[in-house]
Amino acid sequence: MSYIIDRRLNDKRKSTVNRQRFLRRYRSHIRDAVNDAVSRRSIKDMEQGERISIPRKDLSEPIFHHGPGGQRSIVHPGNQEFHQGDRIRRPDGGGGGGPGDGQASDQGEGNDEFAFEIDKQEFLNFLFEDLELPNLLKRHLEGAHIFQHRHGGIVSQGMPAKINIVRSMRQASMRRRALTAATRKKIRTLKAERDALLEQDQSPQRQARLHELDEQIARLERRVERIPFLDTVDLRYNHHVKVPVPVSRAVMFCIMDVSGSMNQDMKDLAKRFFLLLYLFLERNYEHIEVVFIRHHTSAKEVNEEEFFYSRETGGTIVSSALKLTRDIIEERYPVDEWNLYAAQASDGDNWNDDSPACAKLIEDELLPKLQYFSYVEVMPRAHQALWDHYQNIMQRHSSAFSMAQIDEPGEIYPVFRELFKKRMET
Amino acid sequence: MFLSEGSDWDFELLARYDEAIADLAHNKYGLDTYPNQIEVISSEQMMDAYSSVGMPVGYNHWSFGKQFVEVEGRYRRGHMGLAYEIVINSDPCIAYLMEENNITMQALVIAHASYGHNSFFKNNYLFKTWTDASSIIDYLVFARNYIADCEQRHGVKAVEETLDSCHALMNYGVDRYKRPSPISAVEEKRRQREREASLQKQISELWRTFPQLQPAVQLREEAPNFPAEPQENLLYFLEKNAPLLAPWQREIIRIVRKMAQYFYPQRQTKVMNEGWACLWHYTLLNDLYDQGKVTDGFMLEFLQNHSQVIYQPPFTAPFYSGMNPYALGFNMFQDIRRICETPDDEDREWFPEIAGSDWLSTVKFAMESFKDESFIQQFLSPRLIRYFKFFQIADDDRNDYVEVGAIHNEQGYRKVRDALAEQYNLSIQEPNIQVVNANVHGDRTLTLRHQRNSGRPLDENSAREVLRHLHRLWKFEVRLESVEHGSVLNEFSMPPPTVIS
Repeated sequence: MSYIIDRRLNDKRKSTVNRQRFLRRYRSHIRDAVNDAVSRRSIKDMEQGERISIPRKDLSEPIFHHGPGGQRSIVHPGNQEFHQGDRIRRPDGGGGGGPGDGQASDQGEGNDEFAFEIDKQEFLNFLFEDLELPNLLKRHLEGAHIFQHRHGGIVSQGMPAKINIVRSMRQASMRRRALTAATRKKIRTLKAERDALLEQDQSPQRQARLHELDEQIARLERRVERIPFLDTVDLRYNHHVKVPVPVSRAVMFCIMDVSGSMNQDMKDLAKRFFLLLYLFLERNYEHIEVVFIRHHTSAKEVNEEEFFYSRETGGTIVSSALKLTRDIIEERYPVDEWNLYAAQASDGDNWNDDSPACAKLIEDELLPKLQYFSYVEVMPRAHQALWDHYQNIMQRHSSAFSMAQIDEPGEIYPVFRELFKKRMET
Repeated sequence: MFLSEGSDWDFELLARYDEAIADLAHNKYGLDTYPNQIEVISSEQMMDAYSSVGMPVGYNHWSFGKQFVEVEGRYRRGHMGLAYEIVINSDPCIAYLMEENNITMQALVIAHASYGHNSFFKNNYLFKTWTDASSIIDYLVFARNYIADCEQRHGVKAVEETLDSCHALMNYGVDRYKRPSPISAVEEKRRQREREASLQKQISELWRTFPQLQPAVQLREEAPNFPAEPQENLLYFLEKNAPLLAPWQREIIRIVRKMAQYFYPQRQTKVMNEGWACLWHYTLLNDLYDQGKVTDGFMLEFLQNHSQVIYQPPFTAPFYSGMNPYALGFNMFQDIRRICETPDDEDREWFPEIAGSDWLSTVKFAMESFKDESFIQQFLSPRLIRYFKFFQIADDDRNDYVEVGAIHNEQGYRKVRDALAEQYNLSIQEPNIQVVNANVHGDRTLTLRHQRNSGRPLDENSAREVLRHLHRLWKFEVRLESVEHGSVLNEFSMPPPTVIS
């Protein structure tokens, strides 16, 4: 007799724990591969899984086995031209008679790679491992439109569909016991008396008393029975309450210089940086908005396409963008409802008189509102006035302000890590 | 009346096929099987089963995860198909069918796994001696829970390290000659607690630094070698004698040892086990066809699959990777049947005792009483050697050439047969390593000896790695000497010897 069982609906992911253990064990390898991938990848496919290769020798599970050498004999099928006693020159580097020993293949001496895939989520996990957002997470009660139904306990009013049977029955049982307790006690004493009488010899008085007792007991028992099994007052209902859900949301200001001195390569660098920041914020907040501001001598809010790909020329006045940021915050993003992040990318050029103004704007008007302001200079040459002024800010507000310089795509991720790495609380 | 016409299957149809196949297997051929439990699973579940060596429950370890990502990756990229079936040596015998397969494949797998492998598990002497089909699932559950519990108490990392070390020695965790007595999981659990308590006491006794009654001097002179005989079961030796292991570590060693022992017969009977299963799916499905129960289309598809499974590529093929156990096993069993039914003069000369005998009882006898090595030694016929065009290569590192030692001709048959049988002898394929001394009264050095065979050395890198694991369990110096003809040719030690200037 055979049993045929359909197991297809059983858990499919039995190996998940083992897989995670494997990933954890080779975390450093995987992180290296992820770092590589970030600098190699184009921006559009940043948010994808990745193929990871680890040298097989790093993850071998060693066992005792024979090395090359010694005398051995191997039998192969498919002989075509050999005769007994034929001598064949040993294949180079094998030292061990062709493809023989099955068990050696796993240990392969070559530069065999062990390759596997991690998915998008795991890729991002490794990408942002050990990073955190500074000054994280204000949670706000947002307007009236997101609610969650929560268990609100048990109530005595409600609709039939929500009757809680167990609680109702318990209630009924309690009520029955409470209402009949006195009566049942009386019955017990009367019965005891009757039993005592029955033990004794019969006599007319006792007989009369017995009758009387029987009647009383019967009357009391009827009274007990009249108590309803379930009454309207017993009914209990599950209660659900609508709770407004606190929503954490963030807005990210991308500020980029598009003056004539910024070429496409620099913009590309900047874009990668913004993208990393976006991915990172996205993991921390449920709702993210991005505001793109570009500027030369005057600033303008634009859409993504225009932000990254249209060209402009002209001089540079950074403060125009900062002012626009401030105005947009005041207009659309009340500080008590939004987490505000700003990232600025520039080649460092600025109208000389403007740099002090920028520093003042940031320090006095933006930083009090922002969670974090990061500035990257995408320029391989010496720093200019803006850098110096910003450095002063950094000294005074190191927890909310950071800056770094990026020369080539490969540096973006390390710089990014540096800006957002976990800091010890001071 | 055909059992089915299309290629789709459903559960009712599976049951009908199973019934028809069971009827033939039990009533016509008298196969003795455990009851069957046939489970239909999806391809993802098949990958899970793959990476846990087919066991339905297993403890957690990263190496299974590694196997899983490898299988998953190769399967996703289309580099490999999944096996059609996995079958577990348990009572009832669990066989997995994949839902993607059509009814022909399902029928093939039922015949192959649920009747072929199943009867092999139940009747082969190695499985009868070394494994206990009725308690394995219980034991796996016990092992999984115990290890999960250890992870809770001692941390995942500590448990993982212990397991790593045990896995490295897993092939040296089997008793080749003693038979363990089967015990149930409940019993196992009770004994485990007892062991934990008593073992530690014994160990402490063994390692007591100050013998109280005898003077130390005398003891040193008289100290007999410990262990008295060399020990081949390294894991067993460590479990019982390693000085500083915690009780839970000893139990983990024991679990790994039990698993190794459970799989040991499978490693020794690959050719026979697969050959036997192929013989029966071939025979049973052909019988169904003869009875008019399956269509021509069914048969064509079955034969195509069957011939793929038993294909042996020649050594010149780019995808050649040694002998295909299915091909060798199937052809040998078919050949035994042929020798019984229609023997020729050559067969009478080579196999006088089976030529012309009843084929069914002969193949059953062969299945029950041998392992790969002795099976080939006993039954590989000249005709098969010619069929496979076998040739033997002698590879001696003292020459700069390899020599063809024998081919498929009159002078070569015996030599080829011996060499092929040898190839399946695990005790020759695996280095012979035994514990020869544990310095119980001195510095606690553990000495292992590798007895070289035909001058074959140990692979040094892996030997060092494994010693590191041994050292982790023993916790004092571990030495391994590689010996041939009484002289030590190579020596390893962990921690590596320091040069004192």
